Amino acid sequence: MATAVTTDPMLPRPYSVREVSKETPDTFTLRLEPESTANSTAFQPGQFSMLWVFGVGELPISISGDPALHDRLVYTVRSVGQATHSLVNQRVGSGLGVRGPFGAGWPAEAAKGRDVIIVAGGIGLAPLRPLIYHVLQNRKDYGRLVILYGGRSPRDLLYRKELTKWARNHETQVLVTVDYGGLAWRGHVGVVTTLFKYCRLQPGRSIAMVCGPEIMMRFVTRELETQGLSRDDIYLSMERNMKCAVGFCGHCQYGPHFICKDGPIFRYEQVRKLLEKYEL
Amino acid sequence: MENLERVIAEHPFFAGLDGGFTNLMVSCASNIRFKAGSYILREGDAANTFYLIREGKVAVEILAPQHKPIIVATLSVGEILGWSWLLPPFQWKFHARAVDDVRAIALDGKCLRTKCEENHDLGYEILKRFAQIVEQRLDATRLQLLDVYAVRR
Repeated sequence: MATAVTTDPMLPRPYSVREVSKETPDTFTLRLEPESTANSTAFQPGQFSMLWVFGVGELPISISGDPALHDRLVYTVRSVGQATHSLVNQRVGSGLGVRGPFGAGWPAEAAKGRDVIIVAGGIGLAPLRPLIYHVLQNRKDYGRLVILYGGRSPRDLLYRKELTKWARNHETQVLVTVDYGGLAWRGHVGVVTTLFKYCRLQPGRSIAMVCGPEIMMRFVTRELETQGLSRDDIYLSMERNMKCAVGFCGHCQYGPHFICKDGPIFRYEQVRKLLEKYEL
Repeated sequence: MENLERVIAEHPFFAGLDGGFTNLMVSCASNIRFKAGSYILREGDAANTFYLIREGKVAVEILAPQHKPIIVATLSVGEILGWSWLLPPFQWKFHARAVDDVRAIALDGKCLRTKCEENHDLGYEILKRFAQIVEQRLDATRLQLLDVYAVRR
């Protein structure tokens, strides 16, 4: 998975919106294609781009597509403010500027030969999806794949068809839960940490990758440690207000780290103490 | 009886329990089945039983006025349903409904309370195991209450 920003990292490259699909009532997936074939779409699972919505502003968005597909970049975006609202309302054929990919991705190489434990909450599944694609496409390189996914309610779950499809793979366990379920929901109800009791982890041979709201990740890391995983085998995706994306501006400084450049993926031990600080 | 003893001993809730204690509990235990959709327990009813789930899924529900029942948790194979039998006023605080066909071991709470009063070592073992379940569910409820996936504007 070679990746590098080969052009000026501050210069947005022109892309066209090719598809916008609705995932949930407020979350959409956009497929972008470069307007010039000279623009590389290579990225590592876990990396993000800066998406420029002309006349509105620039947003850091994790790449959620398949890293093996080199003709596109895919992003899953939740509409929560003016800029994201504008982004998800782009029409097919409209243009966007793209900078990146940026940041350190998930440790796909370090995970080889080991069981991969994916724990995602809400839209946190989006930055993990490229890693899931990668593991499934290189199945022999990895041990068991366990995907634990929690959402707010059944209607808020992302990629429902894919979750079902992934579960059919060899040595792959997919468990989904929602915090609140209605009578029509026949699946699991409870927070994502309650799923651990249904999958027997082998701590010595497992590596965990976690993405979701920070408070959820704190509960999950605690549970992973209870299950016997070492802090060095747990990776988290952090999020802050990223602007330049190359570590110049300092907007995303997090203790001694810049999320954009040193992260967004961190080994748990690197950020453990910071996660316990108020208002950081 | 011998089969029940084995099933109780093999259930994760009683993992590692002294065989003598398991033997004591067998006289309070019985096999039970619930059809999908049926209610296993209802809020306000006397709580005199708890269940070791062996098969199927159970939804723990709260009834809210002018709402359909809200499922706050589901319990599945290897888990236990119900601790209100342990403490006064011995009344269920929630509804519990079988989502699928459920197979369980029912343990008579009155019978078990009597045995625990007679044998405090058994009582302490039982309480320790329930305290762990209560702690886990309290922890999960705290995270659930935070509503972490809601949009913060």
